Amino acid sequence: MKRVITVTVINQSGVLNRVTGLLMKRQFNIESITVGHSEQTGMSKMTFIVNVEDERKIEQLLKQLQKQIDVIKVNDITDKAIVMRELALVKVVSPPHARSEINSIIEPFRATVIDSGKNVVTYQVTGAPEKIEAFIDLVKPYGIKELSRTGATAFTREIQKVNSPQLSILK
Amino acid sequence: MSAEVQTKQAVMEMTPKSQDEKQNNQPMDGSAVLIQGLKDQGVEVIFGYPGGAVLPIYDALYKDPIPHVLARHEQGAIHAAEGYARVSGKPGVVIATSGPGATNLVTGITDAMMDSLPLVVFTGQVASTVIGTDAFQEADIIGITQPITKHNYQVRDVADLPRIIKEAFHIASTGRRGPVVVDIPKNVATEIFVTEEERTAEVNLPGYQPTTTPNYLQIQKAAEAIRFARKPLILAGAGVLHGQAMDELKTMVETKRIPVTNTLLGLGSIAGNHELFLGMAGMHGTYTANMAISECDLLINVGARFDDRLTGNLQTFAPHAKIIHIDIDPAEIGKNVPTEIPIVADSKEALQALLNQEFNAPDTEDWLAYLRCMQEEAPLWYNVDEHEFLPQEAIQMIHRITEGDAIVTTDVGQHQMWAAQYYSLNNPDFWVTSGGLGTMGFGFPAAIGAQIAKPDERVVAIVGDGGFQMTAQELSLLQELRIPVKVVILNNGALGMVRQWQETFYDERYSQSLIPVQPDFVKLAEAYDLKGYRITKKEDAEQIFREALLSDEPVLIDCRVKMLENVYPMVAPGKGLQEMIGVKSK
Ligand SMILES: Cc1ncc(C[n+]2csc(CCOP(=O)(O)OP(=O)(O)O)c2C)c(N)n1
Ligand SMILES: [Mg+2]
Repeated sequence: MKRVITVTVINQSGVLNRVTGLLMKRQFNIESITVGHSEQTGMSKMTFIVNVEDERKIEQLLKQLQKQIDVIKVNDITDKAIVMRELALVKVVSPPHARSEINSIIEPFRATVIDSGKNVVTYQVTGAPEKIEAFIDLVKPYGIKELSRTGATAFTREIQKVNSPQLSILK
Repeated sequence: MSAEVQTKQAVMEMTPKSQDEKQNNQPMDGSAVLIQGLKDQGVEVIFGYPGGAVLPIYDALYKDPIPHVLARHEQGAIHAAEGYARVSGKPGVVIATSGPGATNLVTGITDAMMDSLPLVVFTGQVASTVIGTDAFQEADIIGITQPITKHNYQVRDVADLPRIIKEAFHIASTGRRGPVVVDIPKNVATEIFVTEEERTAEVNLPGYQPTTTPNYLQIQKAAEAIRFARKPLILAGAGVLHGQAMDELKTMVETKRIPVTNTLLGLGSIAGNHELFLGMAGMHGTYTANMAISECDLLINVGARFDDRLTGNLQTFAPHAKIIHIDIDPAEIGKNVPTEIPIVADSKEALQALLNQEFNAPDTEDWLAYLRCMQEEAPLWYNVDEHEFLPQEAIQMIHRITEGDAIVTTDVGQHQMWAAQYYSLNNPDFWVTSGGLGTMGFGFPAAIGAQIAKPDERVVAIVGDGGFQMTAQELSLLQELRIPVKVVILNNGALGMVRQWQETFYDERYSQSLIPVQPDFVKLAEAYDLKGYRITKKEDAEQIFREALLSDEPVLIDCRVKMLENVYPMVAPGKGLQEMIGVKSK
């Protein structure tokens, strides 16, 4: 099962290495990681999506992360109401005659064109990872020249529904 | 003055006296502040080895001395520091140079991590300006030690050094103990401090707050579970020793009439001859201890981590038991064995809290009678050989002569298991062995550290002929520092434990496990100006052991024992604790 885990760390050199090294040593399967500064100076926030077999394994992971000296806070937010976003840059083969067709089918994704050439267009698309997947699937037939994804970042929503359902991609 | 009393003095005196009195208000550099920081931490001895990158530190040590043990290999230094830490409870302090000096420490750091020993390890590093350029003797020791330390630091700015020293000692010696590496680039060691504030900076570790006080509700639940158990069992691990909870353990065992077993590292947490002690559990534990785990209805784990050498096959581990697990490290609880009543706490506080509940003792007399009967039916055993001296006999003889009062260190292999089985300990913290990592080469240098920590105690290093040769160079220290360690080589002419597995699981194909050609260990001792003894006939053993072990001098005893003897009973790999082989039954 996929889990979304956020980790607040002290912005020390080597902390990213320490955390990813830990995941590797304990044989956890990382789907994506994002890291960046947080609202507090000197603190960074990491978001992981990991694949784990069972509850015990995830509990181990949370405890092992918590044990790191530079880790301030660890949260498994999978079952919470969360906002989660990823950004992807997708360079699609798009000769002039196909361009308007592509633009119209991807319209619902609200992707933006951020660069274009004679035969290619680069789109920027943001959203939950499943939305990015759907976007990629849609443009794949036209030919993807280059693709770069940031990995997901997330936090919990202000208002938590009771028993919020698990996000479909995380099942 | 006995040689033992001399030890500490010899260690203390071996550093030259301060050359010039330190002047107040004189600007201090990184190295001077490091030495000052160590003194402030109460460091009484350093185990180390110099080199280019630590020249400034060694210069500061020359001017402002702390007793320093110059091992003959960095691995020897760090194992000695581990022995010192295990016996004294204080952090062992190690200094090594960059590159090869630092990488030579890796085994010891890992060993300390696995066995939760507090170490503070200072490594030199090339100058900041050349880090990352593959400079001479540069090694990424921070990267290398990241997975094998509780924490590590590279000091980037001399202003951070005082705080980092304090944090390193704090982290190493609190919570679940462990090794901390502090990597100091050469230029940082010579940089001058600017302000007084920098020198007095305090610990700042918002992400490190180990829980030591148990949750009250959990304690109530545990008390309730014990109260109603019919077949309770305590498994006491090294956490009892780290938390110095021996008295509480004893009170719990005696007042609640609960039998107790030990992990390999927990030995000594209860006296070896206690009537409710079932012996060690696990792969080479006693039949009774393992059956008690298999049959108990409540297993109270105090400070053990359910290591695989203890549990055997997890599928069949303690199948009837509810589990209470007291551990200072939350990550150990539920890691290997599902736990009904987790208690994250210091062992002493947790046991004290349990005792404060003042619940009635469960009725365990049937259970105890059953276990006693089993102990009589299936004791530890070996078949005495008419001609050859058995290693088990040797350990029992050492035990008899030292009256169970010696500090015993061991190396890794068959002799280690026999020592665990047959050297019944009277005292806590008198047992020093490499459990988690199983590091050959550990036992002898660890004995040196143990003797420095406890100069008045008799220290016996029980080692194998294989493992001893991994760190034998430290023989240099015994005469030099008047360290009266008794080195007993149980010489079976083989890498015995490997040979035993090959005999049992590989059809006696002794691939690279026999050592027919050996040095003359007695001459080796003499080369280091030590008295060496050899035991070749079992008739002579008693008299030689008596003379050697009771001497005030350091000695080495090459004790020839039967090669083909095996450690029994045994839980074969992959098997459950209830499936022991080599069990004697009357
Ligand atoms: C550094 C290291 N290398 C290899 C091993 C694997 N090993 C475990 S026990 C053993 C044999 C030890 O032989 P010896 O020191 O003579 O002790 P004995 O078993 O004969 O008592 C070996 C090779 C180890 N534990 N540590
Ligand atoms: Mg041997």
